[in-house]
Amino acid sequence: MLIDWFTVGAQVLNFIILVWLMKRFLYWPVLDAIATRELKIAAALADAATTKAEAHRQQDAFRQKNLAFDEQRTALLREARDSAKAEGERLRLEAREAADRASARRANTLLADVQHLHAEIARHTQQQVFDISRRVLGDLAGVGLEQRMCEVFIQRLQDIEGAALATLGAALRAVCAAEPAGLRSAFALAAPQQAAIRAALDALVGQPVPLKFDTTPGLVGGIELSAQGQKLAWSIPDYLGALSSDLEARLAVKVPA
Amino acid sequence: MRLTPDEWIFWQHGFVKLNATIAFTWALMAVLTIGAALVTRRLATGHERSRWQNLLEIVVTGIVAQIGDVGLKEPRRYLGFLGTLFLFVAASALATVLPGFEPPTASLSTTAALALCVLVAVPLFGISGKGLTAYLKSYVEPTPIMLPFNLISEVSRTLALAVRLFGNMMSGAMIIAILLSIAPFVFPIAMTMLGLLTGMVQAYIFTILAAVYIAAAASNPGSSRSGPRPKAAA
Repeated sequence: MLIDWFTVGAQVLNFIILVWLMKRFLYWPVLDAIATRELKIAAALADAATTKAEAHRQQDAFRQKNLAFDEQRTALLREARDSAKAEGERLRLEAREAADRASARRANTLLADVQHLHAEIARHTQQQVFDISRRVLGDLAGVGLEQRMCEVFIQRLQDIEGAALATLGAALRAVCAAEPAGLRSAFALAAPQQAAIRAALDALVGQPVPLKFDTTPGLVGGIELSAQGQKLAWSIPDYLGALSSDLEARLAVKVPA
Repeated sequence: MRLTPDEWIFWQHGFVKLNATIAFTWALMAVLTIGAALVTRRLATGHERSRWQNLLEIVVTGIVAQIGDVGLKEPRRYLGFLGTLFLFVAASALATVLPGFEPPTASLSTTAALALCVLVAVPLFGISGKGLTAYLKSYVEPTPIMLPFNLISEVSRTLALAVRLFGNMMSGAMIIAILLSIAPFVFPIAMTMLGLLTGMVQAYIFTILAAVYIAAAASNPGSSRSGPRPKAAA
């Protein structure tokens, strides 16, 4: 008999025990180790995938930031350039306005200086002419300047003719005692001088003319008759007017306003 | 000349005996268990592993892959039974190179015990896989007339498993013993190498056939992954 049933039973039992032993010491530990390693590999792969995705995300974010930075830099440069250009234009306009104002002030100052100089020259010239005339007339004829002025004024009255004579005569005839004709002079006329003038006027009009004598230093040197809006005058400023005009023309050429 | 290691009895007390089959089986069990325990005592879970761990992982994953290739959906569920079958038969064949060792699989008692284990395991896995009713129904398919033939098939294939393994292993040991007495030099070495190859093939065949039987019992009839029909083996 090749089969020993005790041995068969023993071998069945041995095999069952061996199955358990192999499970306990071989299959489970090895499979657990493999599973653990696979988990680690899976975790490492997942971590690598996560890291790769994060790297891609950071790369995209970095690229976006770079683009945004470039755009921002370009915008800032453009804005700065525009701002600098506008500021330069504003400063240039301000400088031009300031230059214009300074130029205007300088012109005004120069004009005021010229006017002041004109006035000063006129006043000085008048004074000089007056003094020279006084000395020349006194030295040559022994006649006072005031007397000569009266004579000249009377001569003027007598020289009037035509329409001017008619107008002045009408005006003098219209005056009355309440509103006499005014005769102003730069100096106080003496009684003979007043009488001579009065006589000349009476002769010119043909009737007595009420007169009122006034002294006006502003006339510098001269006599002025006014009645009913009509005026007849002779004074040194009349002569000086031409001199002033000539001086102004010369100054205008030399010193532009 | 002993035809089977059962006849080499070390100790006997009535029905109970300790023969070479049991003794060498214990020795193989001890070697397999101690070897596995020593290697798996410090298993590395990283990328650096020892040679022995690599060897065990190759063996275990190879067995799992083979079981999966047969058609069993959860190979690790059957790894304990089928893997141990393979390791025990293969270790018995490999141990024939040791002088004085007689493989337990050269005993018809051992192969019968293993075949009985397969005979019991097939319905157990079949019932747990698809239920008692469905499993019992598989015996009357395609028609109830097939019931006796299916039952005969169950017994005959179990007998075939036992006799095939026993015949191959016993003949290999016998041939080597005979050749040692006739031409004790080079020729027995070649035959021993041939015996190793035969033993490994037998271990593979025994395990694959058991897996096929279990797959046929555990898979649903309409499933496309139903196990292949067992074929006759040498």
